[in-house]
Amino acid sequence: MAMLGSINGVLMEGLDGDNTWHLKDYVARGGYAQLKRILETKMTQEDVISEVKKSVLRGRGGAGFPTGLKWSFMPRSFPGDKYVVCNTDEGEPGTFKDRDIMRYNPHAVIEGMAIAAYAMGANRGYNYVHGEVWHEYKRFEEALDEARAAGFIGQNILGSGFNFELFAHHGYGAYICGEETALLESIEGKKGQPRFKPPFPASFGLYGKPTTINNTETFASIPFILKMGGEEFLNLGKPNNGGTKLFSVSGHVNRPGNYEIPLGTPFATLLEMCGGMRGGRKLKAVIPGGSSAPVMPGEVIMDCTMDYDSISKGGSMLGSGAVIVMDETVCMVKALERLSFFYHEESCGQCTPCREGTAWMYKVVHRIENGLGKPEDLDLLNSVLGNIAGRTICALGDAAAFPVQSFIKHFGKEFEYHIENKTCLVPKDVQWAGSGFHKIPA
Amino acid sequence: MFSAETLQKFAREVAKYPADQRQSATMSCLAHAQEEKGWLPSEAIEAVADYLGIAPMAVYEVASFYNMYDLKPVGKYKITVCTNLPCALSGGYHAGEYVQKKLGIGYGETTPDGKFTLKEGECMGACGDAPVFIVNNRSMCSHMHPEQIDKLLEECK
Ligand SMILES: Cc1cc2nc3c(=O)[nH]c(=O)nc-3n(C[C@H](O)[C@H](O)[C@H](O)COP(=O)(O)O)c2cc1C
Ligand code: SF4
Ligand code: FES
Repeated sequence: MAMLGSINGVLMEGLDGDNTWHLKDYVARGGYAQLKRILETKMTQEDVISEVKKSVLRGRGGAGFPTGLKWSFMPRSFPGDKYVVCNTDEGEPGTFKDRDIMRYNPHAVIEGMAIAAYAMGANRGYNYVHGEVWHEYKRFEEALDEARAAGFIGQNILGSGFNFELFAHHGYGAYICGEETALLESIEGKKGQPRFKPPFPASFGLYGKPTTINNTETFASIPFILKMGGEEFLNLGKPNNGGTKLFSVSGHVNRPGNYEIPLGTPFATLLEMCGGMRGGRKLKAVIPGGSSAPVMPGEVIMDCTMDYDSISKGGSMLGSGAVIVMDETVCMVKALERLSFFYHEESCGQCTPCREGTAWMYKVVHRIENGLGKPEDLDLLNSVLGNIAGRTICALGDAAAFPVQSFIKHFGKEFEYHIENKTCLVPKDVQWAGSGFHKIPA
Repeated sequence: MFSAETLQKFAREVAKYPADQRQSATMSCLAHAQEEKGWLPSEAIEAVADYLGIAPMAVYEVASFYNMYDLKPVGKYKITVCTNLPCALSGGYHAGEYVQKKLGIGYGETTPDGKFTLKEGECMGACGDAPVFIVNNRSMCSHMHPEQIDKLLEECK
């Protein structure tokens, strides 16, 4: 995969695929100049955080929480170890942007983390990398070696007295470890089971020490914010939705891939950049922010712009920026069945409503899809949903419930048809016509 | 139990964490152990526990929680097919059916000659390249259409 296009690109601008990820290339693009400037001019921690606040950078991992505000929660003067942790666990179905950042611009993540550590008084950091992503993990380790050798991380960085040790931690296949407290448990060498909050990681994080966790794209944006100034970054996007963002577009478009565009760009423009719908088929539905975001009917998202506020007004969430595009050949019951299976499989099992609820949801959607649905099944699904929302330790429970709720809300007819007629509303022979799989004769 | 090379990798992992947090290296040591042994027999798990100076139960818990550890023997080539929705939209199911037919086995099965194991996987963070396979947890294969699948199976000697 490569970056397929951008408008006013920042993070991925000036890159040439696998050829330009090394330290020397990053430095030639102006890399590490901000870390240097901060250390040489002894910029205050408050000033760094205030620049990030001005940018209105919102967390790129899914929740969209303002990064500057999060950083200000860290008890900077707390004695002893403090941590910054990068979340490259990227397991939210549809999301594949962090992998490209790691592959093509790993030093932006390292510089961003070093600046973050400086601003929050942290002295150690880890980057937690998705288990399935091996080559990028190795590349990041190589980039760390380069940065260490050049004195950008380690002890007494550039003679400033600032220390920051940074390492990579490789996951091994568990979606739940993307949840920040499960991720911390996992770094501690345990099962990835989310912790109760409070206490929040800023007071009790990795090894019980103050910790701030941000997404890969969030950290990678930091050097650019410092370079252009928070205000200019904000102005790239729109008020309350600062900057550019990477969108991972998958599904039924002609050119699936990553696109960096300013927040506030119309969805229609993004679709155009992707070469439009595969085979010229009609757009049916879009999940705009990774599989945990509510699905939107095609005609609704066609009127939205790609930013937190517009998508939320349209009834969904921008989440991780994973845009899953579905054409008219998709059976929505089948689509939901696969997502429900995923959440059922990946529930860590700690809370009864999530463990049992995700199992029930899959079971019921599965039987509807297989022609065994009962008239009362939609009510049953709704009551299961009601028993999950807000009653679990982490947000996976809600994440599993949102798709079900929204699929039934917008495409309820297909579910009813399935239950009544024991088959799909979308004729079987046209289903998956948009998949693009090169069929060869049997 | 482990080769000098694997032990060297263990040491490198342990060094990433504070001296009193050796347990943090559990995941990566298990991964390196599996790389050497092909899967994780209980002796390997116990040896990792021993190396880290922690209870074997703690290491078992980790080995059984994460999907990519194999607690049973697998074929020489373990092929994991992503069938999650974004991939499925672009041929993930079809690619899975195709490779099942070619190998004559279903998900979770191993060919009689012990060469291939097939698994169904979840999102690998590469949905733009669908259909996507991973071979032996490490090698990501993109755009797995019939020609590419044929080629991959041929290359697995
Ligand atoms: C089930 C679940 C999975 C998550 N997966 C990811 C992930 O893969 N990557 C990520 O950055 N954040 C993920 N998050 C969000 C993190 O908990 C956390 O909010 C985020 O890493 C914070 O970084 P940000 O503020 O920069 O977005 C997930 C949350 C939940 C509940
Ligand atoms: S909500 Fe689900 S995934 Fe989250 S802690 Fe509870 S059981 Fe685990
Ligand atoms: S859904 Fe297959 S890699 Fe993401």
